[in-house]
Amino acid sequence: MTRSFKIAFKIAIILIAALAAVLIASIILWMIGADVGATFYTICIVPLTNSLHLTEVLIRAIPLCIIALGITVAYRSGIINIGAEGQMAMGILAFTGVALAFPSVPRPLLLPLALIAAVIGGGIWGFIPGILKAKLNVSELLSTVMLNYIAAQFYSLCLRTIYLDPAEQGLGAAGTPQSMRLTDNVWIGRISGRLHYGLIIALVLAFLIFFLMWKTTIGFRMRAAGAEARAARYGGINVAFYVALAMVISGAFSGLAGGIEIAGVHRRAIEGVTNNYGFSGVVVALFGGLHPFGIVPASFFFGLLIYGATLAPSRVGVPANIVQVMQGVIIIVIVTAQMVLSNTYFQDRLWRRISHRMKKEA
Amino acid sequence: MEGKITELRMEHITKRFPGVLASDDISISVGEGEVLALVGENGAGKTTLMNILMGLYQPDEGRILINGSEVRFRGPEDAFNAGLGMVHQQYMLVQNMTVTENIALGYKKAWQPFRLSLSDVRRRVVEISERYSLSVNPDAYIWQLSVGEQQRVELVKTLCLGARFLILDEPTSALTPQETDELIALLKNMTSELSIIFISHKLQEVKALSNKVSILRHGKVVFSGNTDEHSSQDIAAMMTGHSIELPKNVDKTEPGNVVLSIKDLCVMSDRKTLALNHLSLDIREGEIVGLAGVSGNGQRELSEAINGLRHVESGSISFFGKEIANFTPRQVIDEGMGYIPEERNTEGIVPSFSIRENFVLKDVAERQFSDKAIVKKKALDEYAETLVKDFDVRCPGINTAAGSLSGGNIQKVILAREIERKPRFLIAVYPTRGLDLGAVEFIHQQLLAIRREGIGVLLISEELDEIMDLSDRIAVIYKGSIQKVLEHDEATRARLGVLMAGVSE
Amino acid sequence: MLAILTNMLSMCIPFSVALLLASIGEMFNQRAGVFNLGCEGVMAMGAFIGMLIPFAAGGGGAVSEWYNVLGFAAAAVLGALLGLFFGVVTITFRAPQGIAGIGLQMFGVGTAGTLFRHFVGGTQSIPGIPDIEIPLLSRIPFLGDVFFSHNAVAYLAYLFIPVAWYILFKTPWGLKVRAVGTNPRAADSMGINVSRTRYEALMLGGALAGLAGAYLSIAQAKMFSDTLISGRGFIAVALVYFGHWHPLQIMGGALLFTFAQTFQTQIQSMGISFPYELAVMLPYVLVIVVLSFTSRNQTTAPTSLGKPFNREMRT
Repeated sequence: MTRSFKIAFKIAIILIAALAAVLIASIILWMIGADVGATFYTICIVPLTNSLHLTEVLIRAIPLCIIALGITVAYRSGIINIGAEGQMAMGILAFTGVALAFPSVPRPLLLPLALIAAVIGGGIWGFIPGILKAKLNVSELLSTVMLNYIAAQFYSLCLRTIYLDPAEQGLGAAGTPQSMRLTDNVWIGRISGRLHYGLIIALVLAFLIFFLMWKTTIGFRMRAAGAEARAARYGGINVAFYVALAMVISGAFSGLAGGIEIAGVHRRAIEGVTNNYGFSGVVVALFGGLHPFGIVPASFFFGLLIYGATLAPSRVGVPANIVQVMQGVIIIVIVTAQMVLSNTYFQDRLWRRISHRMKKEA
Repeated sequence: MEGKITELRMEHITKRFPGVLASDDISISVGEGEVLALVGENGAGKTTLMNILMGLYQPDEGRILINGSEVRFRGPEDAFNAGLGMVHQQYMLVQNMTVTENIALGYKKAWQPFRLSLSDVRRRVVEISERYSLSVNPDAYIWQLSVGEQQRVELVKTLCLGARFLILDEPTSALTPQETDELIALLKNMTSELSIIFISHKLQEVKALSNKVSILRHGKVVFSGNTDEHSSQDIAAMMTGHSIELPKNVDKTEPGNVVLSIKDLCVMSDRKTLALNHLSLDIREGEIVGLAGVSGNGQRELSEAINGLRHVESGSISFFGKEIANFTPRQVIDEGMGYIPEERNTEGIVPSFSIRENFVLKDVAERQFSDKAIVKKKALDEYAETLVKDFDVRCPGINTAAGSLSGGNIQKVILAREIERKPRFLIAVYPTRGLDLGAVEFIHQQLLAIRREGIGVLLISEELDEIMDLSDRIAVIYKGSIQKVLEHDEATRARLGVLMAGVSE
Repeated sequence: MLAILTNMLSMCIPFSVALLLASIGEMFNQRAGVFNLGCEGVMAMGAFIGMLIPFAAGGGGAVSEWYNVLGFAAAAVLGALLGLFFGVVTITFRAPQGIAGIGLQMFGVGTAGTLFRHFVGGTQSIPGIPDIEIPLLSRIPFLGDVFFSHNAVAYLAYLFIPVAWYILFKTPWGLKVRAVGTNPRAADSMGINVSRTRYEALMLGGALAGLAGAYLSIAQAKMFSDTLISGRGFIAVALVYFGHWHPLQIMGGALLFTFAQTFQTQIQSMGISFPYELAVMLPYVLVIVVLSFTSRNQTTAPTSLGKPFNREMRT
């Protein structure tokens, strides 16, 4: 097998995969009678055309990036965290709780404190499925999904009761379930427009995760536990501990993403802040090749899709749910393409068939 | 297609796997009532060839002829219908189903559109097992049966499906010497009705049973002829291509101190039955103790219990005077225990990790390889380069994924890691399973070398030859306890076989 | 108090049907060795198409019962097609099942939501299907309400449990399914087409999940919304573990979880001040608790669950 064939094979598979994803999404668009070309243009190109749009894309890329980094740590350690949505919600609750409790503490103290609370909130929510997996072999896929629903209910409960904005209280059932506007001592500053310094935090975290996973003994052990848990255990690695640790880190990142989202964008806790970022984070992590340096561009791309989809209903009459369709398709296509790429049997057969035909022609 | 198979030929069979030419223009033929022995080293392509014959693999080139006419098997069902049946080396049985249900899987006569007539299958099983005097309990679950019983089920299965041509892949590898003799006698009887292809690398069996022999090497037939015209030595030489004299443990040493002392050890199996039943065994420094026994008698549980991988219910494991029962794996490693586990691909190495990373799997946190949790890449590289050279690991480079190496090279990676970390003791579980003779020779040399350094070795193996070649003493395990410990000179195949079958002397 | 209990218990059977059908479907998937986490998405698609057909026919008003039947049929077909699609991904291409299932879930939920917004729009209700009071039996106090006054589909779903048991343990197909989920290599050597059997199981499982979704929209909620399924697909998957891959135990689990769910509907009528959100949480918490107690020592588990099969891959 020649080197150029291997490269051509890789490129061909990736192209076919991309084409398949676009095709499936197009079929759904065609079914609702939308203009397929205009829809893709609206979602993928329009947000790039001016700085206001671009800011919105970046704002969405920030939580996506942080969450996907956490999911990568878990995934590389052999545990699939689809509970980022719930962990983010718990992070927001913890962040808001600190901000509401100590409104007069000065900013240099309060902001880090509140962010640490967000980290702890998310971390605890990640620790639960981690420890259940490590000690009791509970499928993390199921426990994290359940914890998402529990967190969502807990989140609304808090917003309706202890966190409820006093201004809304008088309105009774008609009031919006949301907290009061938080003290500016927990705000994260803005670079320009709505774009906040969370962007820098996300980039720093990406480098941090790269260092942790590929340059330290802790990362080495987490990756070993994820790649082949049995061999890791035989090699003296405490797999249960590292799996639980990975989930704590993963949850902590999601919680932090929630805290930053509140501190940088909304500045109060309201319904819908999590915005499906937890699930999108899984797609971003996979699309970024489960590597921090891939996740950074991937989170920009998905920030683009998510923001672009919000433009779609008014501009081309396509429901914003289309972005969820695309994400689902992209996940499936990625994992499928990966299997084809790593299938040496298939590659081998294809090579023989092609070289056979070339010989015949020659 | 009823009636006898008077002749079966495979002509010019070629089959490629990625990077391997598993069958290279192979031709064989078997006549009526004949027994063809297909011999060759591990990895020579015997099993692949038979899987092609059974329709499990499709050949890239070549054809199969039965009674002179070409046949094409798209799957095993076609092969069954043509009257072929195969007993695979790894038994093809569904553990949580009964014997009858397992046979029903292939017995299509009992398949009605909305009903499975298990009573028909059961009747057929009883009939066949009586006719060939192969006693099996049709209602037993497979997991309840011993290895020997499972093999009988496999034989009954193929016969129930109407096999008139039997293919047996290493049928004796898990049997005691006595069970082996019984099987050979049984098969000899059957040749009045059937033809047989018999895969083996044990030459005494080949001589005892077959009338023709084909020798495979690296996917090619290097010799075909009548068995009785050639001596075992000739066949062995053709099998390996060059004469390899495996090293033997000959230099006698004075026995040293007991370093690993196991007393009354009780351990549960995965199915919560007693896997080790008050097992006791002492091993001294500088000696190799071979643990002989039919697999499944507690060997896996013993090695796992010593290494902290399985909970010890009661009893003690004393290692250099220190009690290590129920230590964590890490603690046992830190005590200086070396371990070559049974499954090299899933327990010995992390397959997707590079060779370099696998070398330091146990020691990455040592000061030599990391500083305050930060890995020293250069130290790792140098270490890996040295080991690859010293242990002759054939690989494209130290960054190659260890899982992509051949079995022998993976075993070398594991051996290098375990020996280079200077263990105080070594447990080697089936260290040469499935390897070719060159690799076996290398591993045997290494084991003998560390013995000479005064390190004690517990060698668990199912190959009696390996155990007899290397061991100073031989312990026989049966149903989770040590039957007897023999000195090297007392041990004969026959005596070990009797002990392995659970008969007390 | 008895009235409340009667009320809760009488909701158990009709409200458990969706969980039950989806879970039995997932059981067939898993028995064949495929872990389909996309159940939630398939249910969403089934719920949407099931609701769309009677809605489109009657514009929200009364329609012939046959449109409901058609709705169920369409949901089953769509579910089977999604099962087939999942089979292409996980069986033919051997993609990791867990993550592919998440993809299918997103795709299903997203597509159902997209199409719903286009074809139906806001909250629109359909007439649904009536309860059948079984003569005489439904008059028995307490038992009559609990067991004998439900809709026809609920009865059929419960009748399907023994059928599922029979299929799994007494037919050649069931034997094949159990074999390919436990030891595909052995099944293959016996001439059983592993991929084909797994495809068939996935299609059956998908059809049942589709029906489960349609039941939710046609019979239970009589409408569709984005949050209609709200995790029932995932609970159904969890129930398979809880029920040890056995239809009867799965039924027990479905009833238990439904009982927990009916709690939230009774809160107000009980007149105790208990946060509504905590009541909604209850079944999800229950899933985690139950999984914690049952996930260890799964000796009945299909041992090849989640593992793709490749005949030529040598171990």
